[in-house]
Amino acid sequence: MQLTRRDAAAALAALGSGGAVALGARQWQRDSEDPEEADLASDGAVRDAMVAVAEVVYPSEVEGIGEFVEGFLAGRLDREGHGDGLRRAVANLDELGRAWYDDPVAELPPADRDALLRETGADGVDEAPDGSTAERIRYYVVNDLLLALYASPTGGELVGIENPQGHPGGLESYQRGPNG
Amino acid sequence: MSETSTTAGGSGSGADDVDRSPVSGADVCVVGAGPAGSLVADRLAARGHEVVVLDAGPQFDDSERIERMERAVRPAYDRPDVWDGGGERDAYASTGEQFYPLNHARAKGIGGSTLHWQGMVMRLHEDDFNSGSARGVGPDWPMDYEDLRPYYAEAETELGVAGADDNPFAPPREEPYPMPAFPPSYSDSLFAEACEEAEIAMHSVPNARNSESYDGRSQCVGYGTCQPVCPSGAKYDATVHADRAAERGATVVDRAPVQRLDHGPDRIEAAIYATPDGEEHRQEASAFVIAAGGVETPRLLLLSDSEHYPDGLANSSGAVGRYFMDHLFAGAGGVLDEPTRQNHVGFMTSESHQFYDDADEGVGPFKLEFLNYAGPSPVEQALTGDDWGDELLGRLQESYGTNVAVGGLVEQLPRSESYVGLDPDRTDDHGNPVPDVHWSIGDRARRTIERANEVQHEILDALGAEITWTVGPDATGPAYHHMGTTRMGTDPAESVVDASLRTHDLENCWIASSSVFPTGGALNPTLTIAALALKTADHVDESL
Repeated sequence: MQLTRRDAAAALAALGSGGAVALGARQWQRDSEDPEEADLASDGAVRDAMVAVAEVVYPSEVEGIGEFVEGFLAGRLDREGHGDGLRRAVANLDELGRAWYDDPVAELPPADRDALLRETGADGVDEAPDGSTAERIRYYVVNDLLLALYASPTGGELVGIENPQGHPGGLESYQRGPNG
Repeated sequence: MSETSTTAGGSGSGADDVDRSPVSGADVCVVGAGPAGSLVADRLAARGHEVVVLDAGPQFDDSERIERMERAVRPAYDRPDVWDGGGERDAYASTGEQFYPLNHARAKGIGGSTLHWQGMVMRLHEDDFNSGSARGVGPDWPMDYEDLRPYYAEAETELGVAGADDNPFAPPREEPYPMPAFPPSYSDSLFAEACEEAEIAMHSVPNARNSESYDGRSQCVGYGTCQPVCPSGAKYDATVHADRAAERGATVVDRAPVQRLDHGPDRIEAAIYATPDGEEHRQEASAFVIAAGGVETPRLLLLSDSEHYPDGLANSSGAVGRYFMDHLFAGAGGVLDEPTRQNHVGFMTSESHQFYDDADEGVGPFKLEFLNYAGPSPVEQALTGDDWGDELLGRLQESYGTNVAVGGLVEQLPRSESYVGLDPDRTDDHGNPVPDVHWSIGDRARRTIERANEVQHEILDALGAEITWTVGPDATGPAYHHMGTTRMGTDPAESVVDASLRTHDLENCWIASSSVFPTGGALNPTLTIAALALKTADHVDESL
């Protein structure tokens, strides 16, 4: 199923854009020029990691992942507090990828990405924004991606609900029957 | 929802540069900016009075509501986190036989608990005002439905209620609702067939959310997170009236918890309140309206004890804090072998009051609610578990789509052994003893829950559902409606306020809150709170 620009806009709305983020307007810089932010992944590294992880945690039938992730990610990076948490979690994930698989997550084949995520413990923990590395990877990386998908119309339709919680999908769908 | 507010204050935990100094020459000091306090303030400001509102919580930024919605959905956050509740400010004790989760049951800030409420707004039935006479149990209110009827109509206009005059069991009304009712859900249509077979009448739910644009706020757009947060502002909350009061000249002060009420034998002289900079201030006024809800209202009175009132201010009756009531949840649910289309919206569109007025001494009133959000929300479910990818999608598809549920609210009688007191062993962030919610349920309420369960099972059986869960008397919990702790009555020896909502003891102190309900009925209380608040405003106005 194809994720659309509408889904990205919906995810942006549901997750909060900070009010100043335009869809698709971001430059994805890969290098941080600030040495004090060495433990924070750059925009480009976050983008690459999130797309790579999405390809693992999203259902296989989902298409258009790159544009979708870019679409909502800018708002997440710009949100006070959340952006740095996301950058730090991606930096941690990439660091573990390099230590265990010699490459950051974005450069690993899908099976290794899946294994890396599970070996961090992100599959077996509850999300926590101020928690352990595994809990933060779960919160900022895995669950940010899952929230964006399943709060979007296309993500909802995969499950059978075209107006999922978090999406302002109007007042028609709750009245419709399954064949409507 | 307004983009800006003229209310003083801002969210955050530290000191700020907001002027929270007292207002000289105030006619009215209102304690609490929830629905009751905000409506009183708005109404009295509109009549030209100098009004000051003091609220313990912050003025939340409307632009943060999307983030609060995310907190409502994500498992990292508990319900109190959505509106920054909990911590030392909100510490409490629960010592009764039934645990009471107080901080799940309230939100502190401008708007009060309407920030997180469901938004169902029914008028109490006529017998609810005469429980002792009509049902043989509990006290009568010192007013009838007819006394409150015009205020109910005003309250519906003020809050903006979407409803239809299709409830054959509701008390008489004089005019249409301000907005048309929300159309029934697809799920309702499934229940309609079963209810017809079971000879149970369904009807619409009056909702304080916009079925069309109303009062400058948008139509509901279906975020589906009504409780605990509506990002669009289509669901009414009391920031509407707090903002309006401020526009009319009232001073609404946030983060200003009232510590005690200074008083003589017959009058309150001043509200002593704290501010984030660590200072205490003294707000004098000609009249005081306590509108801090069913827990903090009695707590403030108890904290204001004195040589004149050694058991707590306005407590000559000994009833302050006593008779704490809530509504109890009864419910049952299951699955069908067909899609039921749940979780598209976060509100209900159909219910039944058919059994409400069968109430007597043995079984209380109850209402039935046909849920539009039965079963798990796929979004919330996706964020838990150790699976992802196709495996997660399979789990979501398997668990979503065929759930149904019938809920209900049940009356709890006022009982002196249920009370809100002060915990002598623990203090809040200002050194005041925290509230102790000492709550128990009672046999009549337990029987009523059992009766509600019988009807719920009958409906689900007629629907052909496989019943998978039932919330009966042993699993029930509160609906977060705090009532009864400064009860209204004619006898000063038995009650705290009279029918004009003024305390028997003090000539310039009124209470606008569900704390004045002598009995609770089984209907969501906020419309009655609003109607009583408007009545309170009239009485205060007459006195000034």
